[in-house]
Amino acid sequence: MSNSPTAPANTVLVALVGNPNSGKTALFNLLTGGQQKVANYAGVTVERKEGLIRIHETHNLRVLDLPGIYSLIPRSQDERITCDVLQGRAWGEKKPDLLVCVLDATNLRRSLRLALTVKRIGIPCIVALNMSDLAAQRGLTIDADDLSNELGLPVVKTVAVKTKGDEDLRACLATESWKKTSISRPSNSPEPLEPIKEVEVDHLAVKKILRRLNLDHLIPDQFSDRLDGVLLHPYLGPCILAGVLFFIFQAVFSWAALPMDLIESSTTWLAEILRSSFPDTWWRSLLTDGLLAGLGGVIIFLPQILILFFFILLMEESGYLPRAAFLMDRLMGSVGLSGRSFIPLLSSFACAIPGIMSTRTIANERDRLITILIIPLMTCSARLPVYALLIGAFIPQRAVGGFELQGLVLFGLYLAGILGAMLVALALKLLTPSGRQTRPLMMELPTYHQPTVLSISLGLWQRVKIFIKRVGGIILLLTLLLWFLASYPIAPDGATKTAIEYSYAGWLGRGLQHIFEPIGFNWQISIALVPGLAAREVAVSALGTVYALSGDNTAALLTPILFNQWSLATGLSLLAWYVFAPQCMSTLVAIKRETGGWKIPLITGTYLFALSYLASFLTYRTAVFLGWG
Amino acid sequence: MNLELAPLSTKWRVKSVNPDPSDEDRARHLEEIGFLRGEPVAVLARAFPGGDPMVVRIGLSTFALRRAEARCIEIEADTPSV
Repeated sequence: MSNSPTAPANTVLVALVGNPNSGKTALFNLLTGGQQKVANYAGVTVERKEGLIRIHETHNLRVLDLPGIYSLIPRSQDERITCDVLQGRAWGEKKPDLLVCVLDATNLRRSLRLALTVKRIGIPCIVALNMSDLAAQRGLTIDADDLSNELGLPVVKTVAVKTKGDEDLRACLATESWKKTSISRPSNSPEPLEPIKEVEVDHLAVKKILRRLNLDHLIPDQFSDRLDGVLLHPYLGPCILAGVLFFIFQAVFSWAALPMDLIESSTTWLAEILRSSFPDTWWRSLLTDGLLAGLGGVIIFLPQILILFFFILLMEESGYLPRAAFLMDRLMGSVGLSGRSFIPLLSSFACAIPGIMSTRTIANERDRLITILIIPLMTCSARLPVYALLIGAFIPQRAVGGFELQGLVLFGLYLAGILGAMLVALALKLLTPSGRQTRPLMMELPTYHQPTVLSISLGLWQRVKIFIKRVGGIILLLTLLLWFLASYPIAPDGATKTAIEYSYAGWLGRGLQHIFEPIGFNWQISIALVPGLAAREVAVSALGTVYALSGDNTAALLTPILFNQWSLATGLSLLAWYVFAPQCMSTLVAIKRETGGWKIPLITGTYLFALSYLASFLTYRTAVFLGWG
Repeated sequence: MNLELAPLSTKWRVKSVNPDPSDEDRARHLEEIGFLRGEPVAVLARAFPGGDPMVVRIGLSTFALRRAEARCIEIEADTPSV
């Protein structure tokens, strides 16, 4: 599954089209055997999946998995792509030579309507009657030949979740008999019907077909209905969801701890080996403090990304994800978002990067953007070392009303981030025209399905590839840049100050000091904030460097220094800074990747900077006023 | 009567989908996902608190709809299909 499939441009292009949840992607996975290339469509963040279907040794077909649609009137970016590709209008995309219209055999009422719509496009079309095994289990006997006669299109049965469940479709593709199925609109046909009328005409046609095939009775999925009775129960449902979310959050947070420690200690170990085997030269520093630190900084995210996406894919494949969104919709609606935003926000408490990547599950573009904007306000785990250092230095260990004061302050910092995010979302809801109008929900709750190992592992593999290829490179480059800034120019011989003070980072810090002086930051903090852009926790070791400390327990050595040299007001102001500040380039890079440009990351960085400056200013001034300066 | 007011788990049929002046596309959107005249429809669950959004069965599909969306759907008693 590692090689990107390539094929000559004149290879026949097959496009899979169907309703959402018709098992289209599972069929795509089966047809391509995981040989697929995932990218984005030009200019948008809609995932484009292309693969190869191997017919014989030398005969391949290109196949495109189009986003699910209900009709040819697009309402989201995803749907627009599908409609554009089908009509040959998509930029940089070839019009498909053949469509495979994937129908959910257990819900022909709806999927046949789409088949009729797709047929009218005029591209040769094969109908794949997917989930035909489930239909049979429910006692629906569908005669493929009869249906084929009714539709005037070849019909094959498929079972996308079973190996060889695509045999009939492959056979049909191999015979090339589909070339004859080209249906062009007869020239003497009446004017194309108005879309609004087409829906009703198609609906009547579908009802007639179902009646003739003796399929016009409703057999709902009993298992799904029983499960929904519990999972969507007004009181029980939210409790179960809370339990599930708590479990996922715990898993992302704690299961990832061990591999992350391992990654960290192995990079330190490698750096030590390099240090002891090579002389102290610029390239040794580049290798250890630049390249190795940068690589470590990229792969350190992988454990959390893998764990989070494992659960999200599980929920998506099983059908629980939209139900979770349903249960959270009301709560998120109060700040102008929809239930879909909840899981990305929750997972951002561990790390913003997987959170930002998981906003792809939010169908509405505006909701998705706002979620991305407020994700950096969730207190990620990289803030904890900074919080721990500052709280340890400035907040006394005593009980207040039965609670430990240090713990209360930490809780307050988490709360400040959540409240900040809600206020930003609320402000955007009230201040933007698109915020005031309610956006449609109309979200399908598909029948529950057992997730397959193939689709979960493929999904995970694709996330990892996206992260390493498109985010990792930039993070690595920026880490190298920060290494350069913090190492050059080198301190002169007989230097009296720490080396970092002579570097560009030192100069920058000195310059920034003028900006940060009103919020109580001294020059040491200003310098540490520059390398601290690599990741929030780096600020702790950077402070150690500025105060000429070295060794393993920088934080423990720093605590008394900070306590003695900084005022309480400065300490509190830096805490407030870290609640809001965009002190993480990786986050901004991930936002750039997921929004397809620098506009949104720039907006995010700017507003977070303004917000953190304001918060620190208010904190510092209040503290000074209270006599803590 | 409209779907927003339908008691839980009772069977109805779609009579019509009324346009909503605040959102011109809503009626068409509802029709495209399956809210078409004569289709069997039922409310399966309502979220707590406020009964918004709600879970609706239309034909064989299940959708989460906001109350305002359900309000556009006129329903009538479930008489044997024509």
